[in-house]
Amino acid sequence: MSGLKPGEVNLGTSIMAVEFAHGVIIGADSRTTTGSYIANRVTDKLTEVHDTIYCCRSGSAADTQAVADIVHYYLQMYSVQNGKPTVPLAASLFQELCYQNKDNLSAGIIVGGWDKENGGSVWNVPLGGSLHRQPFAIGGSGSTYIYGYCDATYRDGMNQEECIEFVKNSLALAMSRDGSSGGVIRMAIITEKGVERIFVPGDKLPVHWEG
Amino acid sequence: YDVSVSTYSPDGRVFQVEYAGKAVENSGTAIGIRVKDGVVLAVEKLIQSKLLVPGANRRIQNVDRHIGIATAGLLADGRHIVKRAREEAQSWRDVYRLPIDGKNIASRVGDYVAAYTLYSSVRPFGSSTIIAAMDTTGPKLYMVEPSGLYWGYHGTAIGKGRQVAKTEIEKLNLEEMTCREAVKHAARIIYNVHDDAKDKEFELELSWICEESKGFHQIVPKEIADEAEALAKAALNDDDDMDD
Repeated sequence: MSGLKPGEVNLGTSIMAVEFAHGVIIGADSRTTTGSYIANRVTDKLTEVHDTIYCCRSGSAADTQAVADIVHYYLQMYSVQNGKPTVPLAASLFQELCYQNKDNLSAGIIVGGWDKENGGSVWNVPLGGSLHRQPFAIGGSGSTYIYGYCDATYRDGMNQEECIEFVKNSLALAMSRDGSSGGVIRMAIITEKGVERIFVPGDKLPVHWEG
Repeated sequence: YDVSVSTYSPDGRVFQVEYAGKAVENSGTAIGIRVKDGVVLAVEKLIQSKLLVPGANRRIQNVDRHIGIATAGLLADGRHIVKRAREEAQSWRDVYRLPIDGKNIASRVGDYVAAYTLYSSVRPFGSSTIIAAMDTTGPKLYMVEPSGLYWGYHGTAIGKGRQVAKTEIEKLNLEEMTCREAVKHAARIIYNVHDDAKDKEFELELSWICEESKGFHQIVPKEIADEAEALAKAALNDDDDMDD
């Protein structure tokens, strides 16, 4: 696996997705770095690949944008020929691309969305190109700091409000500990009705213990 | 105008494709019927020699677990098409991690067959293909002709006895029928269209995809098939009796 090339832009990142009864909540920080310079402090890492299917991007910005664009194209063709795609189908496409090109990619992607057959679902496609359906998934460099927090806080059967708080608090903690994550929190609520975006500015982030 | 498939006739026909259809018309009958809970395929397999093992050289084959194909016409061509259909079904699984649905497998087979009508260096397939499938939206039935043209059907018949078979199929109320009943009708129709005078012995091949087969395409279980065949033979005798 090549990792980032000199000058390449890195989505340092903390990303997260949680499934609940009527859909999914996805969230991400907004920091893009080249080395220690923050190239973009207001990045949108939540990318649409279909009406109710989004992906959270971490790793190389170029790689994840390219992969997401290809999946977006395939899903457009699929929906014209076959009707609405399902979230596992989109996740399978991500997996196929990430696995077959694993030597040349640095992409950790979380796919989250709503479809009629499965309701809300979250699919994690980490670096090697494996595919994992999970009730919630975390990714990016910042996620390493919140495994304990997430495992301790997550409960089955949370409602929409509780999931939003869970994502917000977890990402805030990751952003405060990880140098490659920060900025604002962008979230999206994806349900049958569509996508609703939520924005949490940098000065309104939940504050954990800061000494 | 009939020597090459890349030549049109003055009235807009491609004769080579039509001649390919003749190979199908002269072959043993194959029918497919789609009913409420599944699809049934039946084939009048004419026995070329008494030395052939019964049950071998099947004309109904599996393509993935939930799709079955019956061919009429040049059997070698039919087997080649099935081989391609299997590859297409697998490639769909490789990309989407899902079984291919009826519409898409028919489309892929249709595109493949049509490609062989475009170039003078190849000949069209001399076989029609009946595709039975069970996918997430229910039972499906398609038929692909040597031209590559295909449609979805409630019931279809190809081969020698197709005219009589289609008439019989049209009489049936397919929307309400179950697979169990359909198997009996399919067997009866095949026995009905078989012309003892013109042709030799035949073997009846029956297959289905339904809830009872758990959505898998399989040869109809022996007891059910035997019962259907017995009823079919009896029905033939009834027809022979004169009614006033």
